[in-house]
Amino acid sequence: MAEEKKSEFWRWTETNWFDPRIDWKKAQYVTVGIDVGSVSTQAVIMTDGQIFAYGNMRTGSDSPNSARKGLDFALEKTDMPQSRIDYCIGTGYGRVNVPMADRTLTEIACHARGANIIYGPQIRTVLDVGGQDMKAIQCDDKGRVTNFLMNDKCAAGTGRGMEVFADLLGVPIVEVGERSYQVKQEPPAVSNTCVVYAKSEATGLLRKGWSTEEVLAAYCRAMAERMYSLVERLGVTPEFAVTGGMAKNRGVIGRLMPMIGLEPAKTKWDTQIAGGVGAALFGYALCQKGKGRQKK
Amino acid sequence: MLANYGYQDGSGEYFITIDTEKCNGCGDCMETCSAKVFVVAQEDPDDPMREEPVAMVAPDKRKKVKYECNPCKPSINRPPLPCVQGCKTGAISHSW
Amino acid sequence: MISAGIDCGAKTTKVIVMENGTIIGRAKGITGFDQKKAILEAWDLALKGAKLSAEDVRQICGTGSGKNAVKIAFPNTQELVNDIKAMGKGANFFFPRTGTVADVGAEEGRAAKLDEKGNAVDFAVNEKCAAGAGAFIEAMARALETPLEQMGPLALESDREIPMNAQCAIFAESEVVGLIHAKTERRDISKAIHDAMAARVVSMIRRIGVKEDVVMLGGVAYNPGFVETMKRQLAVTKIFIPEGPEFGMAVGAAVVAAAKEG
Repeated sequence: MAEEKKSEFWRWTETNWFDPRIDWKKAQYVTVGIDVGSVSTQAVIMTDGQIFAYGNMRTGSDSPNSARKGLDFALEKTDMPQSRIDYCIGTGYGRVNVPMADRTLTEIACHARGANIIYGPQIRTVLDVGGQDMKAIQCDDKGRVTNFLMNDKCAAGTGRGMEVFADLLGVPIVEVGERSYQVKQEPPAVSNTCVVYAKSEATGLLRKGWSTEEVLAAYCRAMAERMYSLVERLGVTPEFAVTGGMAKNRGVIGRLMPMIGLEPAKTKWDTQIAGGVGAALFGYALCQKGKGRQKK
Repeated sequence: MLANYGYQDGSGEYFITIDTEKCNGCGDCMETCSAKVFVVAQEDPDDPMREEPVAMVAPDKRKKVKYECNPCKPSINRPPLPCVQGCKTGAISHSW
Repeated sequence: MISAGIDCGAKTTKVIVMENGTIIGRAKGITGFDQKKAILEAWDLALKGAKLSAEDVRQICGTGSGKNAVKIAFPNTQELVNDIKAMGKGANFFFPRTGTVADVGAEEGRAAKLDEKGNAVDFAVNEKCAAGAGAFIEAMARALETPLEQMGPLALESDREIPMNAQCAIFAESEVVGLIHAKTERRDISKAIHDAMAARVVSMIRRIGVKEDVVMLGGVAYNPGFVETMKRQLAVTKIFIPEGPEFGMAVGAAVVAAAKEG
């Protein structure tokens, strides 16, 4: 079916993981952060502020179920029952649709806190590029937000903008980074940041004889420029970290970093779980302050 | 915390910034803005540890700030912005 | 004296041939990726229709996003004018009492406040963003699986007001799909699309102020649903639209070309 074929290019691997060294039965507080994004959903389970398990999957069209499915997926490989959870915080675009959340927080606060954990307290600037938005956040060594900018109005530079292009060029999204570097010479960026206009421009370039890889490179560069101007408006203080799905796109991030002039911080964790980690951590902080569910 | 609400798109950058350290949640901005761009929240959703109320750009206006603010920003002879002038603590600023 | 105005737009190229203040020929074609070719083809068509040859045309004036290509196609082009000037002169040609003119093209929305000669005293543009131009309705027509020319009439059948959250053509597409899944009536969705688009154009016009008579040019003027919501949001009882509104700028360019003759 044409519909099915067309939608294959966005596909990336859904993952879940847990730490077998942690004995959750010994934990004082088990808190959960569920980040329901427009494109992907992550559920992160923490035991006394340590990451115990997480799951990362496509949100799909049914938001309330996304949260439930996300949590099930995160716990799938573990033997922890959901009833053990002491506190749950929902965040992200679909946070109003997290039925098991005790409270919701914006992604801004959660991403700063999460980056502080998965990258480290030396992080001062975070760029999160998700499915439908871009956030630039400055924080202190405790992961508290001091300055932020968010853009969810324009698709250019977001995961969605990237999906549209992957679709147009028939390149699976997980291959975009790699293939954008298969060019003899780095082409200039497409002149239109608007995804709609960039699409017609790209079609014109293909007709002129540009290869798919060259067009990809030109578009990745345009997207990197869009991200750069957002981050530049905020001001970049080292250390700098990129979170969200776009962090995995070498084609864009590889072109963005020279513009900023910094090396991005590295993490062993999946960059998409930053929001969920921050949310779960806030839950833990609230429990410790006696504001958890049990004490109410 | 500097909360920048708005966006950038192909046509430019449009951000309204509220300095939450200066904002005391007084609500004057809600009175001065004829486009109802501002609201005051009792709990800051971006700063879970804040105790005071805080002003912000209403969630349904954030993607439209350029359009909402257009009437106050004529191409020629632009007067001082009512929201900026009306804020006694100087917490509000516009990027365009 | 015969003059010609050539408007090489992002999507279509329009040619107007004028003699002593009367339009005697016109043609349009898809601009595509070869602007010069599109200009020459539309030119030939317009001349053929007017039963003229190239030598008969004394003055040429080019406008539109591809106006430089007009100079390449016709090196003896006397003048290139910007869109705003062409739009103003065009509106004034059809309606000498124009106070405000709005021209919503495929890729850009423009508005100007005019003096009695059609000169712009102030102007505003919605540029480089598909949400403020004709491209928006086109993209939504695809999402709604409705032919473009049916979008307007469909919208007129609705009397509901559904605000659209998305301010981007790409995100609006997903929003429309969501509305379809939620079983919203297609006519209500179409109206929401037109209302949202018009709100952005009206907001742009409010920067320069609404002064009657209000004239609309550009291909989008053919869309009755769009015209209707514009009237409502501008709070005017009438919007003047010339016959062949997409030729507005080409007419303006032809007027400028004619004025050059000593």
